[in-house]
Amino acid sequence: MNKTVSLACGNGGEENNELISKVFYKAFKNEILEKSEDAAIIHNGELAFSTDSFTVSPLFFPGADIGKLAVCGTCNDLAMMGAQPKYLTCSVIIEEGFAIRELEKIVRSMKKELEVNGAVVVSGDTKVVPRGSVDKIFINTTGIGEVLKKGISSNNISADDVIIVNRDIGCHGATIFAAREGIEMSSSLESDCASLFPQVKALLDADINITAMRDATRGGVSAVLNEWAKQSNICVEVEEELIPVSDEVSGICEMLGFEATALANEGTFVLAVKKEDANKTVEILKSFTNSSRATVIGKVSDIHLQKVVLNSSWGTKRFLDTPSGELLPRIC
Amino acid sequence: MKLELKNLYDDFRDADTIKAFAKIIKEDAKKLKNPINIMEVCGGHTHTIMKYGIPQLLPSNVKFVHGPGCPVCIMPKDRIDHAYVLSQQEDAILVTLGDMIKVPGSNGSLQDARAKGADVRFVYSPMDCIKIAKENPDKKVIFFAIGFETTTPMTAALLDAVIKKGIKNIYFHINHVTVPEAMVALISDNKAKIDAFLGPSHVSVISGSKIYEEFPRDFNKPVVVSGFEPVDVMQSISMIVKQFIENRCELEIEYKRAVNRDGNLKAQKLIDTYFQKAQNFAWRGLGNIPGSGLKLRDEFREFNAEDIYRDILPKDKIDDHKLCICGDILKGIANPPECTIFGTACKPTTPVGSCMVSSEGACAAYYKYGNLI
Repeated sequence: MNKTVSLACGNGGEENNELISKVFYKAFKNEILEKSEDAAIIHNGELAFSTDSFTVSPLFFPGADIGKLAVCGTCNDLAMMGAQPKYLTCSVIIEEGFAIRELEKIVRSMKKELEVNGAVVVSGDTKVVPRGSVDKIFINTTGIGEVLKKGISSNNISADDVIIVNRDIGCHGATIFAAREGIEMSSSLESDCASLFPQVKALLDADINITAMRDATRGGVSAVLNEWAKQSNICVEVEEELIPVSDEVSGICEMLGFEATALANEGTFVLAVKKEDANKTVEILKSFTNSSRATVIGKVSDIHLQKVVLNSSWGTKRFLDTPSGELLPRIC
Repeated sequence: MKLELKNLYDDFRDADTIKAFAKIIKEDAKKLKNPINIMEVCGGHTHTIMKYGIPQLLPSNVKFVHGPGCPVCIMPKDRIDHAYVLSQQEDAILVTLGDMIKVPGSNGSLQDARAKGADVRFVYSPMDCIKIAKENPDKKVIFFAIGFETTTPMTAALLDAVIKKGIKNIYFHINHVTVPEAMVALISDNKAKIDAFLGPSHVSVISGSKIYEEFPRDFNKPVVVSGFEPVDVMQSISMIVKQFIENRCELEIEYKRAVNRDGNLKAQKLIDTYFQKAQNFAWRGLGNIPGSGLKLRDEFREFNAEDIYRDILPKDKIDDHKLCICGDILKGIANPPECTIFGTACKPTTPVGSCMVSSEGACAAYYKYGNLI
């Protein structure tokens, strides 16, 4: 491992995993942490517990802002473990000179999103630091949720499961890149940022046999599928043409040299559900506006254990690997 | 009708068209007297070929040799060390393109330099340097210019603008190289197993197809100038196979939608105004190739960072790693998995040789996409 932390160490991919396992897991090692789930399951399996920090730039972008993101991020991690988000903490680190009006706008979006989840902020902390010490505002939220269905885990996926995504992928990453690079488009591209608990609740209410769920944040869908392939010792086979990608996101990927599967999402999740429940799952997801493009994208096999294989519509196969490095454009 | 971006590529990724070409190539290849090795010169083609799994669609007597045409991969360590040293200057902002910033030199990559406090930025267009220079009038913006014929005009256009606008704080470290000289160097090695070339279309958009005329004429190697989508590549392979079975040896253009014989004369003139041939450029993996590099003309010395900072830039040449077989891979003598350090000591996160450096290098593409059948 390098002697200094580089930006690549925060990419949700290979370098990120290395940093976490060689520094944090090494020091904090315990049975719960090592399960590497979206949220820790504690208290006899009754509670889910998770934390996340938000540093997005720009703070306001099409589809959401850092406030909505800060609530969705933590609540989604809880929802992915089959838990109902209940209590959150909210810590903010604010740069000197930040406009109160913007702060109020951020807090208003947080409040609105908490209502969607039926959760409340019960504790908080505020720090103000000198100009230049943080980039405008960083927010941390930590949440506790009540587990509605026990046993959901990324470590138990088997050949009896199919792989589903709830919507078209990569919108958040593409929106942020377009905003940062100042690419103006005549399109409706916006972040997918959304609370996923309502969708999860609907699936649980319908008694869907869910093996695993994970929201495809940093590292995108390819990071989730690779983590699953390793954690459950399986091969995930994905049909490339089934992966829903909007024209806007494909366009950004074409221009900037990215893969949609490596782009971050904030309201997109991948599910492993038992084969017989596949159609019903897709049907329920489709009843939500955000998830009208929900679909099965792949299956579980054993042809290349711990790998993700992408099948093309012309009969070729290739690996879909964990994104590595900073997301950098190829130059030609 | 509304023209959208996807109209530019959708048809060129059509599964039925790709399968139809695969069938034609399979049929035609039965008539080949000998197996053929086609070198795709450009890293962009290597990327397409591996990403779309094209080798899996070809018969066993039609094979690819992955060429040296990735400007990031061929950058020798001593040039990266130059960039690193320049980035350490207190009043400098080092600017370069895309994934150049992750390639390790002797002291680390530009990414590492940035993590330690240096001001290193990547841009999509060299013209962005002007904005950076204006926002930082007390800093020296050094553009570490890389790339083949495709990016050289952009560097020339930046210098043109710098002179015309009288901007005083932009400097250039030039690492531009040209494709045909490297192709000649490759086939001049008797051990090389290259029967035909796939020429990159974007190079010829600038330089025309004329730059490849010597290959069929003097070296008996067919060349097809090809686009970068999978349908383009499949059609180009089919054109090459047909040349062999019809006993032709020609320069053909598959990418007729933007390439002609002469290319973009305005861009060529711009390049000629500011650049001249450098005597040598040491390609990582291939070594010195005479006449393959460009440098700023002497009259623009005041913009030449290599000249201005010559006292602090390291002068030592750094040899390629002993165990690395990139040279043989580039000549079609070996395949990436035959290398003893492939996937072990040499990985995309810790590349030893040129072909592992960017996703356009042959080894990195094998590592990333696998070579699955």
